[in-house]
Amino acid sequence: MAVKVLKPGLATTVQDLGRPGYYHIGIPLSGGMDRHALVAANLLVGNDAGAAVLEAVFMGPELEFTEDATVAVTGAELPPKLDGEPRETWTSFRVKRGQILSFDFLKQGARGYIAVAGGIDVPVVLGSRSTYALGALGGFKGRKLDAGDELPIGSAAATGKDGRTVARDLRGQPAGMPTELRAMPGLYWHRITEAAGNGFFSDTWKVAPEADRIGYRFKGGKPLEFVPREPPFGAGSDPSNITDACYPYGSIQVPGGTEPIVLHRDAVSGGGYFMVGTVIAADMDLIGQLQPNTPVKFVKVDMNQALAVRKSRSELLGKLHNALA
Amino acid sequence: MQTRFSFGGDEHIFAEVGEAMSLEAFFKSLFITNAVRDAKIKGVTEICPANASYQVKFDPDQIKPDDLLTELKRLDSASEKSEPVIKTRIIEIPVLYNDPWTHETLMRFRERHQDPNGTDLEYAARINGLDGVDAFIKSHSSAPWFVSMVGFVAGLPFLYQMVERKRQLQAPKYLRPRTDTPKLTVGHGGCFSCIYSVRGAGGYQMFGITPMPIYDPNQNISYLRDFMCLFRPGDIVKWKPIDRAAYDAAVADVDAGRFAPVIRDVSFSLTEFNRDVDAYNAKLDGVLHGR
Repeated sequence: MAVKVLKPGLATTVQDLGRPGYYHIGIPLSGGMDRHALVAANLLVGNDAGAAVLEAVFMGPELEFTEDATVAVTGAELPPKLDGEPRETWTSFRVKRGQILSFDFLKQGARGYIAVAGGIDVPVVLGSRSTYALGALGGFKGRKLDAGDELPIGSAAATGKDGRTVARDLRGQPAGMPTELRAMPGLYWHRITEAAGNGFFSDTWKVAPEADRIGYRFKGGKPLEFVPREPPFGAGSDPSNITDACYPYGSIQVPGGTEPIVLHRDAVSGGGYFMVGTVIAADMDLIGQLQPNTPVKFVKVDMNQALAVRKSRSELLGKLHNALA
Repeated sequence: MQTRFSFGGDEHIFAEVGEAMSLEAFFKSLFITNAVRDAKIKGVTEICPANASYQVKFDPDQIKPDDLLTELKRLDSASEKSEPVIKTRIIEIPVLYNDPWTHETLMRFRERHQDPNGTDLEYAARINGLDGVDAFIKSHSSAPWFVSMVGFVAGLPFLYQMVERKRQLQAPKYLRPRTDTPKLTVGHGGCFSCIYSVRGAGGYQMFGITPMPIYDPNQNISYLRDFMCLFRPGDIVKWKPIDRAAYDAAVADVDAGRFAPVIRDVSFSLTEFNRDVDAYNAKLDGVLHGR
């Protein structure tokens, strides 16, 4: 069974829950940017939570099915259409052989997850089917989809039921404006003045157009003022330079002190820019659903608060599993 | 050297061994990350050594952040006692310096460079007080370099020149990063050289290109069949300047599957190296060429 790509969308890639264990040689985790939505899509069609799905950003693909299938679309409000007839997001539905799945314009969010019962059956590379496009690794031929591609689909363990749905309170999507991203100050926080640190957390930032799987850039806040220093050997002369070091996932680097960049699932693993802190793991999914120009506030939290949020996010995932068991 | 620890969110511990780059800081980072790997600490998912720092990623549902921090601090102080000796490899990398492909690229992005009227090599020679491009190439290729970090993108090595600090080549990054760099470009930024493993954006000065692939996600290249990335932190690299004919021959050999890189096992002692840098590097050269 296969799915033919008639139109690829903007940047549609195959993703699962990622490829841990190779960050020390520059190969990032990859995987769905909104992991919660990815898991929901899989559970809706009866797949394992971490089966490979399609991640479509801003614009859906157009797909033709060569066999009957069960499908679900979650994440962004990217309304699916089957042979032109509207279908619900966050709800499984049947597709008949020869039918065409397309999408209406994006209403909300940024990334839609398209799961097919059986999962997208591309080869497993270093333990994952996720696409790491920068390294031409994994996914479908190491790249985003093109028209004419044929995606192999695995055999479904169980026939997925149609009409299953995820209640709104279990979807875990960003709520309210501006979107709040909780972050722990640290790493090279001491490089900026106290006033700059306060400004960073009190300013409202906006998602810049340069926002992709590698990182999200933000603009509109005040430039950060640095604590003066003698540049250490190897760091470089700009006050925002450091001796090239590892970058945590979610770390917030601010080249030149102007526009923060939060590294995401396809993160560059290291480099020479200082970082003011790190967005907590539980809020990384939310970033994947932010469109350019969305207002954002960084909210300062400590480790205890981060772990409490982590716990509630994990409980939400537990409820999702129970609801779709 | 007092290591500075910081949490990177709820899943990372970041440790800065030295603010400045030095072989001592690099060795300590390498030693501790090896020790963390050997300790097989439950909940640790990624162990990443860097030039003068390192990072450990963990699952706080399996190990309390403060418990891991305590363990890392213990390993950090234990590392003070270990002898700075590593078993590693020395790898010869052929380089066509001043090649046509990086030249085309550096001309295309000239307005982003400190010296719009020259080339990256001419600029680097001048600011390092060397008499022209040939003298610079000699300085770049005569001493070996340590792979002090692998990353940024898949398989990209950061390289640190194995000479006293006053002799180290330094050059700033481009004023604004390029959107393009040829694959396998030999670049330089700050005190680090690198080899771009994939084509893409970059800010380092561009000096040349190697015909020798260092990353192959399809694992067709004979010496990358076991693993798709060639380099590991702690590898030693020796550049070998080659001409265009040798470059073309090497590319043909790579394509035909008969390119055999020169890679030798070697033991490296930081103490002995520091005693007489030039003599130690000559000895390493001897190992590389079977003398």
